[in-house]
Amino acid sequence: MSFFNNAKNVLQQNIREYGMYIALFVIMIIFTITTSGTFLSSRNIVNLVNQTGYIAVLAVGMTLVIIIRHIDLSVGFLAGFMGAIAAIALVYWGLPVYAVIPMVLALGAFAGLITAFLVAQMKIPSFVASLAGWLIYRGAILVVTEGTGTIIIPDEAFNAIGNGFIPDIPGLDAFLPGVHKLTLVLGVLAIAALVWGELSNRQKKQSYGFEVLPIDMFIVKLVFMSVLIGAITWVLAGYQGLSWTAVVVLIVTLIYNFVMSQTVLGRHIYAIGGNPDAAELSGINVNRLIYVVFGSMGMLSALSGILFASRLQSATTTAGNLFELDAIAATYVGGVSAAGGVGKVVGSIIGALVMTSLTSGMNLMGIGISYQYMVRGTVLAAAVIFDVTTRNRGK
Amino acid sequence: MNTPLLEMRNITKEFPGVKALDNVSFQVAQGEIHCLVGENGAGKSTLMKVLSGVYPHGTYSGDILFGGEVQTFNNISDSEKAGIAIIYQELALVPELTVYENIFIGHEIRNGFMVDWNETIKRATEVLKKVKLDVNPAAKIKDLGVGKQQLVEIAKALSKDVKLLILDEPTAALNEVDSENLLDLLRDLKNHGVTCILISHKLKEVIEIADTITVLRDGKTICTLDARNGQVTEQILVKNMVGREIDNIYPKRERQQAGEVVLEVRDWNAYDPKAGRAILKDVNFNLRKGEIVGFSGLIGSGRTELALSIFGNPDSYHLSGDLFVKGQPRKFSHPRDAIDAGVAYSTEDRKGDGLILIQDVKQNITLANLVEIATRGVVDNNAEVRVANEYKGSLNIKTPSVEQKVSNLSGGNQQKVCLGKWLFVKPDILILDEPTRGIDVGAKYEIYTIMTRLVEQGMSIIMISSELPEILGMSDRVYVVASGKIAGELPVEEATQEKIMHLATN
Ligand SMILES: Nc1ncnc2c1ncn2[C@@H]1O[C@H](COP(=O)(O)OP(=O)(O)OP(=O)(O)O)[C@@H](O)[C@H]1O
Ligand SMILES: [Mg+2]
Repeated sequence: MSFFNNAKNVLQQNIREYGMYIALFVIMIIFTITTSGTFLSSRNIVNLVNQTGYIAVLAVGMTLVIIIRHIDLSVGFLAGFMGAIAAIALVYWGLPVYAVIPMVLALGAFAGLITAFLVAQMKIPSFVASLAGWLIYRGAILVVTEGTGTIIIPDEAFNAIGNGFIPDIPGLDAFLPGVHKLTLVLGVLAIAALVWGELSNRQKKQSYGFEVLPIDMFIVKLVFMSVLIGAITWVLAGYQGLSWTAVVVLIVTLIYNFVMSQTVLGRHIYAIGGNPDAAELSGINVNRLIYVVFGSMGMLSALSGILFASRLQSATTTAGNLFELDAIAATYVGGVSAAGGVGKVVGSIIGALVMTSLTSGMNLMGIGISYQYMVRGTVLAAAVIFDVTTRNRGK
Repeated sequence: MNTPLLEMRNITKEFPGVKALDNVSFQVAQGEIHCLVGENGAGKSTLMKVLSGVYPHGTYSGDILFGGEVQTFNNISDSEKAGIAIIYQELALVPELTVYENIFIGHEIRNGFMVDWNETIKRATEVLKKVKLDVNPAAKIKDLGVGKQQLVEIAKALSKDVKLLILDEPTAALNEVDSENLLDLLRDLKNHGVTCILISHKLKEVIEIADTITVLRDGKTICTLDARNGQVTEQILVKNMVGREIDNIYPKRERQQAGEVVLEVRDWNAYDPKAGRAILKDVNFNLRKGEIVGFSGLIGSGRTELALSIFGNPDSYHLSGDLFVKGQPRKFSHPRDAIDAGVAYSTEDRKGDGLILIQDVKQNITLANLVEIATRGVVDNNAEVRVANEYKGSLNIKTPSVEQKVSNLSGGNQQKVCLGKWLFVKPDILILDEPTRGIDVGAKYEIYTIMTRLVEQGMSIIMISSELPEILGMSDRVYVVASGKIAGELPVEEATQEKIMHLATN
């Protein structure tokens, strides 16, 4: 009895945080039923992860931008433009991959700094500044692909980023054939890290007398998350293992999550979002952090462009179309507050997964693109309504 | 005795971890001015929020009877319909709109589909006359002083045909003259049959104006006193509020030989490009080690601007003149530079630009000095909790834990969090702007005690305050500021309220 009471309390108090996980879960179940299992097939899950990749990295950057109460509309076409630059550098300039990627990332960061300059120094609202960028980069894509149209990228290493998988541990072919061992090992490590991290965190909180989850709920949470990671690992390992895109997204997520939750920089970013005037008077250089946040956004746009170009093995004239809106939607679905100061990187990743799951599931069901837009719009509205109402209740 | 206008019976309201109201009963008679006093966090604002429907029926227990009928308000507009108007301490006016637009915002006078502006202006002029405010109804709110804005708020309430007017600390941000005006207006309204509940920490004005006083402590009603016969004194109130006697609110301090000059400003001028006018003119002053220097003056005289212009100039004024900190000439281009040089500034507007309300106590306390608890950019969460708990203890911050959001703290405790933030940067020079605004006597006494301890340890404090008794009680020296100039300097032995007011107004 007390178990169910606990469960009810915990759910009620943390409904905002768990809401999106529940939503993702429900969406997955619905699609699994409506597609009679195809949705959960290894192949589709891998596809889903790779499709989410280029939106997910944008959503990570956008999380920071929205936390500091700004917006960046230019990221979609900036991604497309950077993808085109990467293609040109590889195909026409003949530069090697290892030079092209850092160069494009740096260019992206630079583009972000230009937006930051307009916002921080010229005091132009970021909506307007980045809308200008939206137009300019859209034009820029057309300019650079004018003569050639779609640029096909023949470089295998580059294309592996969007299509390839991590290699397996060599010399173990006889053991568990058909299963990707390195992926399994990584999955087990991830679960171990999760359990260890949660346990030590809980101990610390208890030693300060802070509120923690009741022990039964804590165990339920741990089991749930471990099973989730375990299941995903198993599904992936049964196919070709972890894709390079997934690795990239994981690394980006880990870094940004660490920065936002553990470092002085992250604290300052949240502080600016919570109250920019108070942050400034507390000695935080707000303008400087606008550069940091928009610069990082630009760099992640470039990364998104690379992931997308690599996935398509080409740079197209329409690359990046509507990416910015998908990324913004993902952050809102993931619980980032439009009022600023609140939001988590991991939430946005889940939000991105929700949005691509919708697309992927509806594609499998053969639903037309027009209805897909409507469904996604409805889900976005529902997510934000949910967010706003639960936030008010918390007060 | 006829039935009271308002009766609140056995009201209990709980927040997670806090019982804000514990079985409170409260009665207000028709046509009286009823003052509600109590320490910070006693539950005054919460009680009024229950009454006005901010906390809807069902989120508290107990009954509300208004005009003899049981009321179940679900939101503010329900209570407004019943004739209850509440004015919060944070004014709710739109700065860019005109006075008449603000008065009728939300209940515009219509003529078919359109707003009838002529009628609006006519009616606005009438209510402005009622509150004795002599301004052009077409003036913009942002161009009025706080005192006048407060009157516009009241005009707004009166335009809605109000039976019960609730004011939550209306005079906290007002100077003596404006406060006096406001109190006169309340008396006048009372003669016209408006009943009024007034929350205030200024006990003198409470005693002056109240017909009845109810004291709350720790969410309970302690007593209700009849104040008409002149028997109620500040001592009696304080004793009921705090539960013990405080005879001298300003702690005794060994006034030492003044030390060397730690801060000096010479021929300091500031021009505000946004407002397009000079805001500081030829300011000269200094601060010595171990001293508390009071800055007195009217609201808007330029004291806050002076502090900001020294503290890294965040509003980008054009400055000229010299600033010396501990003998070194300095030019701070960001608050960070000032902090690094040992100067701290605690703002007058703790909610506006002092605290991050959506964050918790520990995050606010460590905000200005995160590097101290970080190694290579990574915050040590244990150290953070330790530091926060230290200041929670030494400043006696009342909160269930340092993980509580500061928006859930009462005003006085929020102020202590601000203070904690600045003490943690361990400054040599601390500028406190209205450090006790909206704070109860007990907490005031604590803050004065802390200030005393700090100067005894060698810190130097600039205290900007609009409360003359506080200036006289705490300062070693007083500068009076008027229209962006230093109008005079007085050693505290020579300073009197009259002299200061004379300098401030001429
Ligand atoms: N939303 C909330 N969540 C949690 N606790 C709250 C909330 N609002 C108020 N409290 C707590 O309830 C108590 C009463 O607060 P209230 O604001 O009514 O005090 P007050 O008497 O108005 O004090 P002050 O004079 O400082 O304004 C305090 O302990 C406060 O921390
Ligand atoms: Mg209050």
